Parts: sequence; structure tokens; C-alpha cells
Amino acid sequence: MRKAIITDTTLRDGSHSVSHQFTLEEMKAVAIALENAGVDIIELGHGDGLTGSSINYGFALHDDFEYIEAVASVLTKSKLAVLLIPGIGTIEHLEKAKALGAQVVRVCTHVTEADVSEQHIKAAKKMGMFTVGFLMMAHMASKEIILQEAKKMESYGADVVYMTDSSGAMLPDDVYDNIKYLKEHIHVPIGHHSHNNLGMAVANSLSAYKAGADYLDGSLIGFGAGAGNCPTEILVGVLEKSGIDKNVDLYKIIDAGDDVLEPIILNKGRKLPRFNSDSLMIGYAGVYSSFMLHAKNASERFGVDTRDILVELGRKKAVGGQEDWIIEVAYNLSKK
Amino acid sequence: MNKIKAAIIGPGNIGTDLLIKLGRSKYIEVGLVVGRQESEGLKIARSHGIDVTTEGITELMKREDIKIAFDSTGAGPHLVHAPLLKSKGIFTLDLTPAAVGPYVVPAVNLSVDLLKEINLNMVTCGGQATVPIVAAINEAADVTYAEIISSISSKSAGPGTRQNIDEFTETTKEAIEKVGGADHAKVIIVLNPAEPPIYMRNTIYAKVKNPDLTAIKESVDKMIEKIKQYVPGYTYLMEPIIKDDIVTVMIQVEGLGDFLPKYAGNLDIINCAAIDVAEAYARRLLEVN
Repeated sequence: MRKAIITDTTLRDGSHSVSHQFTLEEMKAVAIALENAGVDIIELGHGDGLTGSSINYGFALHDDFEYIEAVASVLTKSKLAVLLIPGIGTIEHLEKAKALGAQVVRVCTHVTEADVSEQHIKAAKKMGMFTVGFLMMAHMASKEIILQEAKKMESYGADVVYMTDSSGAMLPDDVYDNIKYLKEHIHVPIGHHSHNNLGMAVANSLSAYKAGADYLDGSLIGFGAGAGNCPTEILVGVLEKSGIDKNVDLYKIIDAGDDVLEPIILNKGRKLPRFNSDSLMIGYAGVYSSFMLHAKNASERFGVDTRDILVELGRKKAVGGQEDWIIEVAYNLSKK
Repeated sequence: MNKIKAAIIGPGNIGTDLLIKLGRSKYIEVGLVVGRQESEGLKIARSHGIDVTTEGITELMKREDIKIAFDSTGAGPHLVHAPLLKSKGIFTLDLTPAAVGPYVVPAVNLSVDLLKEINLNMVTCGGQATVPIVAAINEAADVTYAEIISSISSKSAGPGTRQNIDEFTETTKEAIEKVGGADHAKVIIVLNPAEPPIYMRNTIYAKVKNPDLTAIKESVDKMIEKIKQYVPGYTYLMEPIIKDDIVTVMIQVEGLGDFLPKYAGNLDIINCAAIDVAEAYARRLLEVN
């Protein structure tokens, strides 16, 4: 049976949930545990990708290049990945990341805007990087549109194309149908990245595999934006129970979460991800998962209900990266 | 009154919108539209009785009456055009990211000295929309770091923008530092596909040394009035607010709806700015104020 290739994004998507305040030592410790467990690809850095560190998305404790250099020094087997969102990071930043040890890049665009990734995917391939096209907020588009955009990324040279459920808004049947449709029409392998806002992350990942996806994402204890990502441990357990081959060891990945990540999170005074009314509204309203903490902060700053902010952002069709809209929406709600 | 003759190079969306806007100018008339092949833009130019060519810049080089050129092709072609236009002494407004000449943002740095340059770069649409606000905050409060987020509708982002998004962020960042006066800057652009299309909007965050909100607001208010003279649809989406030492301002840009729809304020603002600069140059040639 086809092997599922696992990318763990605890150190990138999980950065959102510690407001990008991982220390270098913490990143190294988690990366070592992930590698020991057999994770194929380890993604790290600011939650919004290379040079996401900003007023809009939150300043990180260290810049991405320091994180890359630190983690690259301890990895020997797992591949080190970075995320690049055109419009935030540039090819120059990617070159620097590559020089410091990044081997994989995931180039992200909104699901309808793949052509802004042409420059970056081509440049990454030229640099010899393993290049993933990452279509965010896939729930906002039909399967025909997703295919059209995935084909663009394939034509630029992407090695893999992901359908990404940034809002945790998709249901297993949608995931199955969309991935199957992609699989029938494109040649490169397909991946799926899920969030757990509607409690569907693991089920969606399994559906994605069954429909033909080879690449699946998770994070330890589900540590990530919104209600969290697909928990890597549960994903591995479910794959094992389904008889699907993978390189990750179940006990070792459980231990990585319990023994390494959990103490770090609790030590930082942060909470482990779980669903709450806000993350539910994110999935329900189809809003970018990393809006959650920003919406909560804006709710306190302007004295309005987080849920109202999220629903209004969904109504306005805000896309990934538009954290600044949260301030405007909260400000206007406070004036009502 | 005589008008100064201008050429438009690159009759795409931007070039055709310039053509329509220049039809209202008191000081400038379009004498030639330069394309490399037959296009909708050339048809529109012809229907206005304007000379057109599909031979590229060669035809323009033969003309002696053209004093101003607007180049809205692309960075690559402009690098070829710039020295040719210079050799003919044609005052050139570069609407590409080539940035051969210095940046000009009319509300901030247009001056008699700058008009002596033969080639001026119009930065980017995001730069035209945000550099003035950064400059206004900087004047009142000394900006150590500015960060801008431009959201534009997907429909208003043509292939030029999409294939050159790094150039957009890099050029805008440089202009925010050099013209806007921020010590450091970061620029983010987001395309939003919502229907109906969103109006161009810009968030400006500025970390300041003197967090005096009253002075900041007064300075930004004044700047907005100045910009409105050439971009009437330039308005606050959110007036300046402050938390600790970080000022936040949001601006919406509604276009005039000439060739491009009103939501494409991003394309409108760079055209309005280019025409403002060109008219300042034309007025000097015509010796009017």
C-alpha cells in the first residue's frame, strides 16, 4: 500500500499558539523528538512563514533564519521545511533560508491566487529545493477552481500540491471528493493539511489519503492555530490501525508530544489546543484559523465579542494574511 | 492654450486608463500610443483620434513633438526604453518596477529639483497609497518602523503584479524608508478574491518616538486633504488610533471609474499620481502656475 508521507508543523503552525515565542532550544528539542519518531518533513518558523514576524502577525522571539540555523544543526534524517507566502516573504528570503539549511519550501497562496506563486516555485526549483504548492482556504472554492489553481502550481514545477483547509471548515466527504478530482487530473502527488475547528481534522486526513493524497500534515497534540491541527499522534495511530504504511513510530510520536512539547507549552503558561466557542466559530464561519488569538486580543482591546468579530470577518470574506481587518472590524463593532 | 504632447507606452489597463484621464487634462494631450501588437487599448486610442503604433518605441523615436512619456509596460522593457527616451530628452514617468530614476510620490516629495530629473519612478500603487501617510506620521511623531498591508481585489491585480510580487514589496519598502522617512519598513500585499470586489485598502502601522495622537491626527488629516486633490476617492477607513507607541491608520482608495472599475483604486492612484507629476512638468514648460 502507498506510504503516507508525514509533515509535522508543530514548530510552524504551532508558533501561532505561542504567539511565535518558541526559544531556539525549544525548537531544537521538539525537532529532535520529531526526527527520532520518524517524521519525514519538519516545518518550522513564524506561523505566517518566512519574515512573517511583524506588527500585523506578531513579532517572533527569533527571526526565521535563527530558527532554521539552530534546527538544521540538529537534524540528520528529517527534511527541514519552511513556509513562504508570496506578498509577505520573498525569493531573497528563501535563498537565505536555503543557505542556512532549509531543504523543503511550501509556497502558499489563497486557493484562487496560485499565479502569485509562479516566481517563487520556479526559483525554489532552480535552487534545488523540494517544492510544495500550498493552496490555502480551500473551502472557499469549488473543486474545479481548486484543480485549475493546482494545475498552475504543477506547471510551475511544484513537486507536490496541497489542498489546505486553513479554516478547519471542510467535512470528510468534501475532502474526499476534491482530492479524488485532483488526483484524476494532475500528475504530481497531492497533500492535505487540516485544522480541527469542527473536530474533523483526523477524519479529513484519512479521507484525503483514501482519495489519493500521499502527503499528510499534523502537529503534536494538535498544537496549531484555531482549535489546532490534525494531531500527528492520532493521525499516526489511525493510519496504523488502517494498515497504511508510514515512517513514523506511534509510541515515539506520542512521547514527543507528552514528554517534549507538553512541558514546553505549560512552562510558557500557554494552553493546549482544544475546541472552544471561538475555534468553533472559525470553522463554522470559514475564517482563517490563525485569526483566533488576534480576534481575542481585539475583543479585549475594543470590548466586543470575539464571536461577532469572527462572524463578520467570514461575512466580509477575509482571506489568510488579512489580520489587519480584525482591528477594523472590532473597531467598527465597538462604535455601534 | 497649447497643450504639451505626451506618449503612452504600453496600452494595457494602466495605459488605457491614463489615456482617458489625460483626456481631461488642461495641460497635456496624448499624441501617441505605443504598442507592440494590435490591442483593445490601441482601438480605444484610435477611436479618440490619437496616433497609434504597433512598432514599439521605434515610432516614438521618430517624433519630435512628444515631450512626456508614460511607460506602463514592464520592468524589462522599461530598462530598454529609458536610455532611448533620455537621449531624446523626453521627460519619463516610469510606472514599472524598473526604478531607473528616483521615486516620486507627489504629495510628499514633488519639487522643482525633482522635475529636473529626466526619469521618475512612480513606486507602486501601494507606495502611492501609503508613503504619504508614513511621511505625515513621521513629521509629527518620528517613525522608527513602519509596516503596511495593502489589500487589493484579485480582479485588479493583472499578470504584471502577480508575476512581480517580490518587486512590489521590495520597491514599496524602499520608498517607505527613503521617501516616507521610516527608519525601517516592512510591506505586505494580500490579494482578496471576494465578489463584489473589495476596494483597495491599506493598513499603516507606525512605531513612533513621540506618541502624540492629536499631532499625528492633525498631520495625517492634512496629508489626506493634499492627496484628495489628485485622488478624490482617498479616504479614511479608520482614523489614527494608538496603543503604546504603535499608531494604526487605515485608508480606502476608491478609483474614479474611468477605464478601470471604481474598486481598482490601486491602479487609479498610481495613474493619478503620474498625471499630477506630468502636469507639474507641463506647467513649467508652458510657464503657467
